[in-house]
Amino acid sequence: MADIVLDKVSKKFPDGTVAVQDVDLEIADGEFVILVGPSGCGKSTTLNMIAGLEDISSGELRIGGQRVNDKAPRDRDIAMVFQSYALYPNMTVRENMAFPLRLAKLDKETINSKVDEAAKVLELTSLLDRKPANLSGGQRQRVAMGRAIVRQPKAFLMDEPLSNLDAKLRVQMRTVVSRLQKQLGTTTVYVTHDQTEAMTLGDRVVIMRGGAVQQVGPPQELYDHPRNLFVAGFIGSPSMNFLHAAVQDGSLRTALGDVPLGDRIRRELEAADAPRELILGIRPEHFEDAELVDEDTRRRGLEFEAPVEIVESMGSDKYVYFTVEGERASAAELEELAADAGASDFSGAGSNLVTRLSAESAVAEGQSRRVWFNLEKIHLFDPTNGRNLTLHEGRAAGALAD
Amino acid sequence: MATGTETTTRARLRWGLLDVLVVVFALVPVLWIASLSFKTPATITDGNFIPQEWTLDNYRTIFDTDQFVRALINSIGIALIATLIAVVLGAMAAYAISRLDFPGKGLLVGVSLLIAMFPQVSLVSPLFEIERQLGLFDTWPGLILPYITFALPLAIYTLSAFFKQIPWDLEKAAKMDGATQGQAFRRVIAPLAAPGLFTTAILVFIFCWNDFLFAISLTSTERSRTVPAALSFFTGASQFEDPTGAICAAAVVITVPIILFVLFFQRRIVSGLTSGAVKG
Repeated sequence: MADIVLDKVSKKFPDGTVAVQDVDLEIADGEFVILVGPSGCGKSTTLNMIAGLEDISSGELRIGGQRVNDKAPRDRDIAMVFQSYALYPNMTVRENMAFPLRLAKLDKETINSKVDEAAKVLELTSLLDRKPANLSGGQRQRVAMGRAIVRQPKAFLMDEPLSNLDAKLRVQMRTVVSRLQKQLGTTTVYVTHDQTEAMTLGDRVVIMRGGAVQQVGPPQELYDHPRNLFVAGFIGSPSMNFLHAAVQDGSLRTALGDVPLGDRIRRELEAADAPRELILGIRPEHFEDAELVDEDTRRRGLEFEAPVEIVESMGSDKYVYFTVEGERASAAELEELAADAGASDFSGAGSNLVTRLSAESAVAEGQSRRVWFNLEKIHLFDPTNGRNLTLHEGRAAGALAD
Repeated sequence: MATGTETTTRARLRWGLLDVLVVVFALVPVLWIASLSFKTPATITDGNFIPQEWTLDNYRTIFDTDQFVRALINSIGIALIATLIAVVLGAMAAYAISRLDFPGKGLLVGVSLLIAMFPQVSLVSPLFEIERQLGLFDTWPGLILPYITFALPLAIYTLSAFFKQIPWDLEKAAKMDGATQGQAFRRVIAPLAAPGLFTTAILVFIFCWNDFLFAISLTSTERSRTVPAALSFFTGASQFEDPTGAICAAAVVITVPIILFVLFFQRRIVSGLTSGAVKG
């Protein structure tokens, strides 16, 4: 058990590419931290540097207060679960799990009791004499976890451990990982590209982009108070809607109508170097069918009318897709996010709006519908640097804040 | 449908016939020499494929002469030692080539390929001179060294192909589990590369065992003469005896270890040994 501190840790490859840049991160003892970001953001490199499989170019890494930059992986006393599981195919499950203990030169009895104990926790007891080739994907995953927990290391590192499982098993294993971590109370660093995993598993989430940390915080905070456009777009499923907004006479002209602005935002936009064009972000759940909104709530938002394109009924609520006219929001961050989602070349005319309406809504495909959205939950971003302008002392305050 | 089955049957028949032809072509000389080795001196030229009079005299003769037994020991010793060294060195070199990016890697691979392609005949005379000067002529090391030299490229090539198939994650996992670089290689990588190691060992052993050129050029006495070279000096029990039967018996005897060697190690060459290591 130990804390892990990254102090301005950077990774520069011999060919000059900078994979990780000045990452500062303090992971408390027993904390479950998720590193998340699109592929190539440096999250795996960061994990490998903590593991010792990758050299640290500059900066300092401390585990349990001790500088470990130059220590070999085996001297750091941390265990790792690989995306590919990396089970030793020539050994049985028991031998696989006993391997780190045998290397640590423990006596046979201790090894056996520790392996049996770990196997019991992960429900692997009946599989101990099998070879990895005769296991299912989920079982292999559990063996990989077993090999990590068996020697009670200072910390666990997990490199996308669930990404090779099918969707259903992944959800199941997610709870297993979560329960196991709480039970053992071991510091854990978990890398994933799946924002759902990041939201559901971690105590804190670190969002990375291009080798740099974008924001660190508990999942709900990242969701509610994204510091910039990238974080806002990355976290959440379906993701936040982004619309182009032009600043005009103290209000915002958008495809959804003119959005009034509160004093604080207006003051900020009056500065000489303030952007004249903004990106407006709204999460799908902050829309509602106008018919279902009571008078009190109605005043806090704005209404617009748009043609309904698709209705997806989820039972508990309805995902309704609208097409709205007007300029598309554009920024480097948004393009990167679209590319990561594999949708960079998929763009119709106008903007698509994803909304999550109540299940009672009588919305139907093909018709035009009046929709209300909450102005207090709006985010405004500067398209040049992605900064969230509605963020005030770390809290998002919406467009109307005074 | 009917025509389809017919074509496949006919194709099968055609291929089967071709296979039989190839097998017969390859095996008849071997069987012939085996048959000659069981014939008496009187019937050796009678032209029968199956001996009229069976005898084990030829075998008795060769094992009675010191010459052959000594050559057999030389052959086994030299081939085994050369194989062992070549496989160990080859494994280390191949591992480095498949895992690391070091300056001069391309050059190393190129030079080893060059050595493999070099005609051995052109090297025999200089080697003869060098070994005489160094006192290696007509000794075991005098044969083992050139064998290793020519077997190494082969070993490096085969082994690096095998090492490349082993997922790198396994090595990282071993390191995370507390293994040193050496332990990771010995306890995780080498066992997985075992089929490759055995394949290479067989190939190298056969190369050393069958070599005639170096064996005849770099030896002069029974001290280090191997069987292929010794065969050419064969005279039989006495000078006046026709050694054909004895030579055939010796030829059969030196074929047996190769067959045993291959059969024994073939069991170890199990394909798909690495399955289950990673997803899939």
